[in-house]
Amino acid sequence: MTHNAINAAIENVSRRHFLVKSAAATGALSIGFQLPGIAGAAPAADSAPEITHWVVIEPDDTVVIRIARSELGQGSFTGLAQLVAEELQCDWGKVRPEYADVNMHIRRNRIFQSMSTGGSRSIRDSNEYIRKAGAAARQMLVSAAASQWGVPASECRVQDSVISHPSGKSTTYGKVAGLAATMDIPTDVALKSPAQWKIAGTSPARFDVPAKTNGSQIYASDVRLPGMLYASIVRSPVFGSTLKSYDESRVLGMRGVKQVVADEDWVAVVADNWWRANKALLALPVEWDESENDNVSSDSIMQFLRTGIDATDVPVARKDGDVDSAFANAAKVVEAEYHSGFLNHATMEPQNAVALYTDDRLEVWCGTQNGEATIASASETSGIPLENIIVHKMHAGGGFGRRGGHQDYTKQAVKIAMAMPGTPVRLQWSREEDMRQGRYRPVSLVKLRGALDKDGNWTAWQVRQADQSIIITVRPNMIENGVDPINTRSFADNPYKVPNFVNEYAMRNPHVPPGFCRAVAHTNNPFYRECFIDELAHAAGKDPYEFRRPFLEGTKDLPLLDAVARQIGWDKPAPKGVHRGIAVVDSYGSYTAAAVELSVENGTVIDVQRVVVAIDSGHVVHPDSVKGQMEGGVIWGLSFIMHEEITIDNGRVVQGNFTDYPVLKLAQTPKIEPIIMPSGGFWGGVGEPPIGAVIPAIGNALFAATGKRIRSMPLKNHGFSYKT
Amino acid sequence: MTSLNVNGKQIEVDVEDDMPLLWVLRDELGLTGTKYGCGVAACGACTVHVDGQPMRSCVMPASALAGRKITTIEALSADGKSHPVQKAWVQLQVPQCGFCQSGMIMAATALLERNSNPSDADIDAAMTNICRCGTYARVREAIHLAARSV
Repeated sequence: MTHNAINAAIENVSRRHFLVKSAAATGALSIGFQLPGIAGAAPAADSAPEITHWVVIEPDDTVVIRIARSELGQGSFTGLAQLVAEELQCDWGKVRPEYADVNMHIRRNRIFQSMSTGGSRSIRDSNEYIRKAGAAARQMLVSAAASQWGVPASECRVQDSVISHPSGKSTTYGKVAGLAATMDIPTDVALKSPAQWKIAGTSPARFDVPAKTNGSQIYASDVRLPGMLYASIVRSPVFGSTLKSYDESRVLGMRGVKQVVADEDWVAVVADNWWRANKALLALPVEWDESENDNVSSDSIMQFLRTGIDATDVPVARKDGDVDSAFANAAKVVEAEYHSGFLNHATMEPQNAVALYTDDRLEVWCGTQNGEATIASASETSGIPLENIIVHKMHAGGGFGRRGGHQDYTKQAVKIAMAMPGTPVRLQWSREEDMRQGRYRPVSLVKLRGALDKDGNWTAWQVRQADQSIIITVRPNMIENGVDPINTRSFADNPYKVPNFVNEYAMRNPHVPPGFCRAVAHTNNPFYRECFIDELAHAAGKDPYEFRRPFLEGTKDLPLLDAVARQIGWDKPAPKGVHRGIAVVDSYGSYTAAAVELSVENGTVIDVQRVVVAIDSGHVVHPDSVKGQMEGGVIWGLSFIMHEEITIDNGRVVQGNFTDYPVLKLAQTPKIEPIIMPSGGFWGGVGEPPIGAVIPAIGNALFAATGKRIRSMPLKNHGFSYKT
Repeated sequence: MTSLNVNGKQIEVDVEDDMPLLWVLRDELGLTGTKYGCGVAACGACTVHVDGQPMRSCVMPASALAGRKITTIEALSADGKSHPVQKAWVQLQVPQCGFCQSGMIMAATALLERNSNPSDADIDAAMTNICRCGTYARVREAIHLAARSV
């Protein structure tokens, strides 16, 4: 589902005149839509007054704050609520966040703006309009109290949901909410400066944590509905191939098996227990059509990428100065080729969704990073208009980009449910299906050349990328002159002030479906860039930290590089046998750097002792959540560089579970030292940025320890392992 | 029929001999706090206690557990929050997405049952569960915190 398709779907709703004027627009109390005919299915009507579409205040002073972005464990339910509550000046103890209803969002002309939870954007993209919503609601509540008292609003004060007047009058938000909800929403509201914050900028306990410590958190995979059945599915293992035949007679007699449902490129077994469904699926004879991709392998994909490196004329993403002259005049030229393979998100909760189809209406329960994409996918798949679809957003057991726009699991669940009207069905992918039907972090091959003058100064560099585009599969209009603006990040937008630079980009798209995976191009490009700059520094006979500094003078990156160098003790010798690496990366609006200490035993066993990672995200809303994202980002970085790789053979993914796609574990977790150093004045992302610099810092420390320059991930392919 | 003792209750279930305990708990008994993550005992999301020992329920046939005492995350504490490990988990805000945390907590409580003051090395050896969000540093810290508070 592309954004254009979503827009088109929404325009269709509009054309059917189904848009109901919102409470905000009419000045009435919250309307609380109940879709006709979906008994008990639509969200309950709001009985409490909706002050703005973001804020509902109940008579007992409970403040319901609607959250449009998804909670994936990154803390959006808490952080976004903090920003609203800060301006609302409500009692934080009375705040209850809940998901903004997807159906309401559609009916009210996308009133919650964006539901997309990716690109580390939840706070940086929405902070302004949700803070304004909080401030507007506060003004309305104060105006309501003031009008009841017959005093000027300017004389009233607010603290923790209590409005008071110097005359001694006092009331609470809950008591004036009904009146406030009838008022026009002010559009011109002043926002506090972060220096005035009392709730934002602190780390209250996250709302989602307690239920995640006692089994009561209901994920989509825990949804149980009366009469619900369970489905297990297998899609064509060679991407793009189609279903040729299957023999359902072999499984329909198995205990609990109810039905076999098939589509163009998948087949699913539905049973009264998931284990039975999956057992039958494994026993189901299935044949797939031959495909032109049947012989594709990781090696053949690498050869395909190489055609991009060897091409004579490729698109240019950025060009500064005169690269050719600089290389011609160089005292020393350094050349290197780097590459990495596919990665899978491998969320702990394998993909799944529940769907119930009844009388041309549809309900879907799923973990999603974009409720709007979910409803649009369900509509597109079923042909059922958006207004007749209810999406229940559930907290997701990991997202990392897998549960974004593709919604493949939602589409499948909808098709299965439509084959069984009136019966709710939960489609649960096996881990093997999840591993083999990913939307993978793409492959890439990059050739870098750098020029040094006789004094070891960096005078020029050339970057030739050959890789697979994700964006061309979802928003092709973002491709300009053949250049992928996402895959060229870290190069085309690099902060180094080197006078002569060219970034060439050759798109090479194999048949393996690509997807956005936490940090996206910043899972690999920083490894290439920062390890190569390390190579240049060594070639110049200079310290890798000092080598970088003059080229970052005046940037927001430099203070981060300095901070991690200071923290790791770069100016002092490392302990005996311990070696250091350093790297700096900016991404998703934030600036980061990392420095690590490690030792290597027997030449191959890496003992990572310290990882220092620093971030400047401008403002910080919930410092402990930022710290949590930095800790998790370090784990991702260490896992990617050592362990993770999806390989292709006979057109299909080789790996099937955590046994052959190992990821980092607790025993391999080093001491992590996060540095949060917000400089103010901008809003940067946090979920993805901490990963980028960790990976090259490890690569550079490994070189310092062993003299081996490793130019491809994962390190396990080079004989390395982590000490446990 | 298989007779199981789950969270202190004696329960009769009519399932195949090879159905793993995980699916009896989740799909037959509705105890969904125990998670499916891999099905091959690699990730630990399905960890429960059997006679106090941590066990990965996704590969253990329920029929083999007759007469054994099975405890799931739902019964770790009566109120769902008062076990020292649960308290430490909340105090240090350990979970992110949370999907692995039932298994993590069951593994951690079993560790503390047999070793009330585990070292980092003990924790490394016992806590082999996978957390994709990368909460390992806090898991380690929370186990130490719980150990101090027991």
